[in-house]
Amino acid sequence: MVGEKELIVRKIERGTVIDHIPAGYALHVLKLLGITGKEGIRIAIVMNVESKKLGKKDIVKVENIELSEDTVNRIALIAPTATINIIRDYKVVLKRKVKIPKRIEGLLTCINPRCITNQPREPVMPRFRVIERNPLRIVCEYCETIMEHEEIIRQLIGE
Amino acid sequence: MFRNRDVIRILDFDREELDELFNETDEMLKYRRRKINILDGKVMALAFFEPSTRTRLSFQTAMIRLGGDVIGFSEVSTTSIAKGETFADTVRMLDSYADIIVIRHRVEGAAQFAAEIAESPVINAGDGTRHHPTQAMIDLYTIRRSFESIDGLSIGVLGDLKYGRAATSFIYGVSKYRLKKLFLISPPLLRARREVLEHLRTQGVRYEETNKLEDVISDLDVLYVTRIQKERFPDPAEYEKVRGSYRITISILKDARDNLIILHPLPRVDEIANEVDNTKHAKYFEQASYGVPLRMALLKLILAGE
Repeated sequence: MVGEKELIVRKIERGTVIDHIPAGYALHVLKLLGITGKEGIRIAIVMNVESKKLGKKDIVKVENIELSEDTVNRIALIAPTATINIIRDYKVVLKRKVKIPKRIEGLLTCINPRCITNQPREPVMPRFRVIERNPLRIVCEYCETIMEHEEIIRQLIGE
Repeated sequence: MFRNRDVIRILDFDREELDELFNETDEMLKYRRRKINILDGKVMALAFFEPSTRTRLSFQTAMIRLGGDVIGFSEVSTTSIAKGETFADTVRMLDSYADIIVIRHRVEGAAQFAAEIAESPVINAGDGTRHHPTQAMIDLYTIRRSFESIDGLSIGVLGDLKYGRAATSFIYGVSKYRLKKLFLISPPLLRARREVLEHLRTQGVRYEETNKLEDVISDLDVLYVTRIQKERFPDPAEYEKVRGSYRITISILKDARDNLIILHPLPRVDEIANEVDNTKHAKYFEQASYGVPLRMALLKLILAGE
């Protein structure tokens, strides 16, 4: 797979490769990273290429950017199968799978307007339990409303 | 097992615990008209942010019979909440006064949040459309008194299964038993919520959703009736169309089994015709009468249990 990938996209000297993104979600990941393409950094997006693990997958390569822990956690919620490769001197210096936690606190808001977490001024942090990992589905620990992956993505990328 | 425990969802209790509660309730039936001073010196706070008569008064009666004291409010206009105090601050205040807090709130998840803030145990007396665990306990207890076992029964739940917290908690409650079948009877608009149906599937409960009571009435051992509120329908004409088909009358009961029991969390408006009250099927007044002894049992187990 790596060989084929390199036919399309050159290696990067320094930066991050987000691999094993579920097919069709690369643009969502870019949006989450806040990358519009106007930053002047080199970006490669590969979509719908063959993958042993996933059948088809997307890949995002971003030069000169290393992701924070918080960003990695957010990527997990969009692309639960993703692997993050940190590249320095054309070499992978760190490779890790994203991890969906059992509980998600603070990153998302409950879609139920009658939920206690949506009441103004109440000091309560939204908290969700993961009920399915791929595609991600979560349930509010306060009002038990279920949130589907598309809704989670919508919130994360602010659409 | 109950000592100092919060009561937020019926699902938080297993069958053994419910059996313990029901056995204690059997005991408490003796004290319906008497006082036992086992909770002398204990204070219960009733925080009713939403109107209630029977739930509030039965909790109050239960505590009085047990020898404890009751503080609280039954509407927010006379409290600091009307001045803009947060729910969280109100709970903290009650927590410092009382040994146990009973909360009803229109906001969903309010009781769960209160339980996270308060050191004293919190009982959910209804949060929005979500849970009403003590009602479900009363419902299950009533069935247990009518049948040898809840296992093996065919149970129908009728009415507003989408927004009705009593119906929802009842469905969760019976999901703990090996039912023959659970019939969810409602207009399509008011079907049980997704998380409820998913729960039934993961629990392996055999269930069927249907619009028509007449198709299933002859299969039922228990029929749990709840109100269908007019305001749930975007079009009032649509409500008028369906209301008659969910009304329990003598004529619809002609196909019912001999031992069918009809339950209702009350108050009822016109969903059960008065003519049904005198049939052997009607158990809803008996069911309501267990409100005090069951809550006595619960308070006793939480505040003075092992």
